[in-house]
Amino acid sequence: MFLTRLRPKSSGDLARLGVMVALFALILFGALRYENFLSSFNILSFLRYNAMFALIALGMCFVIITGGIDLSVGGVAALASVVSAFASPYGWAAGMAAGMAAGLAFGVLNGVMITQMRIQPFIATLAAMLASYGTALLLADNQSVSVSYDTAFTMIGQDDILGFPIPAWIALVAYILGWIFLERLPAGRHVLAVGDGEATASLMGLKVTRTIFSVYAFSGLLAGLAGTVLAAQFGAGQPTEGVGWELFAIASVVVGGTLLSGGAGSVGATLAGVLLLGMVFNVLNFENGLGWISLSAYWQSVIRGLFLLVVVILQAKIATKRTDSIE
Amino acid sequence: MTITDTSPTGPSSARPSMLQLASRYGTAAALLLLIAFNLVMTPNFLSWQTLNVNLTQVAPIVIVATGMTLVIATGGIDLSVGSLMAIAGAVAPMIFLGTLLPIDNPALGVGLAFILPILVTMAFGWFNGMLVTRYAIQPIVATLVLFIAGRGIAQVATNGNLQVFKNPSFQFIAMGHVAGVPAQVVLMLVVAALAFALIRFTMFGRHVLAVGGNEKAARLAGIPVKRIKVLVYIISGALAGLAGLVVVARNSASDANLVGLGMELDAIAAVAVGGSLLTGGRANIFGTMLGALVIQLVRYTLLANGVPDAAALVVKAGLIVIAVYVQQRADRS
Repeated sequence: MFLTRLRPKSSGDLARLGVMVALFALILFGALRYENFLSSFNILSFLRYNAMFALIALGMCFVIITGGIDLSVGGVAALASVVSAFASPYGWAAGMAAGMAAGLAFGVLNGVMITQMRIQPFIATLAAMLASYGTALLLADNQSVSVSYDTAFTMIGQDDILGFPIPAWIALVAYILGWIFLERLPAGRHVLAVGDGEATASLMGLKVTRTIFSVYAFSGLLAGLAGTVLAAQFGAGQPTEGVGWELFAIASVVVGGTLLSGGAGSVGATLAGVLLLGMVFNVLNFENGLGWISLSAYWQSVIRGLFLLVVVILQAKIATKRTDSIE
Repeated sequence: MTITDTSPTGPSSARPSMLQLASRYGTAAALLLLIAFNLVMTPNFLSWQTLNVNLTQVAPIVIVATGMTLVIATGGIDLSVGSLMAIAGAVAPMIFLGTLLPIDNPALGVGLAFILPILVTMAFGWFNGMLVTRYAIQPIVATLVLFIAGRGIAQVATNGNLQVFKNPSFQFIAMGHVAGVPAQVVLMLVVAALAFALIRFTMFGRHVLAVGGNEKAARLAGIPVKRIKVLVYIISGALAGLAGLVVVARNSASDANLVGLGMELDAIAAVAVGGSLLTGGRANIFGTMLGALVIQLVRYTLLANGVPDAAALVVKAGLIVIAVYVQQRADRS
């Protein structure tokens, strides 16, 4: 009993350790190779830009832990960026509230389709993705919507607090809350239990439906927040942005050692996964700057794909070794 | 008492419920309704041009969705199809334009431009299949690798540049006509018919359904589960490559950034609306074709009646949800 409980945990830890080591190695590589890699300008702009992806990946992490998937996050972020841009003349709080409300609305819609209509998460959130892009394009009349510069709305994306970008603060707070929730609160343990086996969780008396509903609502809310940051950062609500974000988020979560089959996962390793995949692009830029080689930006997706490949194969090897040793 | 219990005609089989009827004939009924609506509302609907526009638009989707149907029938999914289309679409012009390697004989160049790209995408399909079977990686993640990297490979190969060309013999698959029917429509019908025959009449087809229906039972029955799975991903890769060739031939240009973008979702939507449950064990090729046609015709109907394209997206989303909901309810009752 003790051993079977220990084994999966330790191999999960191994995967999480892997992503941390890879991230650290890449940072070390960058720091030694490029002069300005650890300059505050590079670090801060890197964090400012990747905060959006971090927010989306956090929601995705919770969804994936329950064994589900949320393909709608990119579309929902696009919609939220449009909605928050429309609300931005009424102040930064109004813009933020509107963007998050739009995201939450789609998250709730996903939750209803999945828990009440019993549609597979893949299909339900695929439909929500199409619907959110459609709604965003309709609202914005197929154009990007400029945000108001009369209010403080753009500060959400562009300003700093204590020398640290506000988007990064938002992501940091979200991750700390997410970590406390998952690791320290009963409701967070319920999320893990549901992912481990819905039937078992239900027999244990856990509110499975409510838990699943909540993770999709939460994922929608975070996608809405990411969309708000997007609008504030680039000064416009962009109805066509966010394409492929969902897959980037899934890749980050998987690289972070969270299994797509659900039941296990880590908030911290997800953040490391986001940073690792984001840094691939950053390193590529610096490498090109050196002038030795000239790799086009197109290489980044090839390299990201390779990263994902290596991680999933390693995960698979660990998993087969584990089942072998148990059998 | 015992007689009624053992009698094979239970209440559900004696009279199929509304849901089961809707599930079985819903897609076809929706198609007929759409056509009827258009006959009344859309000016000039009953013309060769309308038919051609809709059929040529739907042809690449049906070709890809046919492969997707087979993959989904085994309980898998293939997210890489759009990226594989981009790869095939990038490689083909490089061959007949001679940028890859000089080929003197133009006929040979065109021949290779058909064969090599599809061989390449088949190899990538094999790669997907190996990840799914050998490493037991979930199909969503396994094919996500090439979804991300595949388009990058196509972009790197072309350096992101647009390849413009004019090559009538290559472009025959999109521009040509066979007995007055556009070649790509013929191609679509041939692919669908072959896949239908494959599922219906061959051992391989039965194996595909068995693997998707109950993988463990299939393995215990001696079916080579892994080989079957690898094969469906190879087929899906080949058909994605073919669709990529059709798309670039139709556009007279290949843009690695755009070819096949979002195709995986269109294909999955067509399969879902067409009545093959995403959980596997079923492969309704004819339904997939109807599903793709319904989605295309809804879009056409809305556009032709002045509804913006964005609203068509919302309608498409609703359509997918309703179709899947009805099928699942019918399945459970």
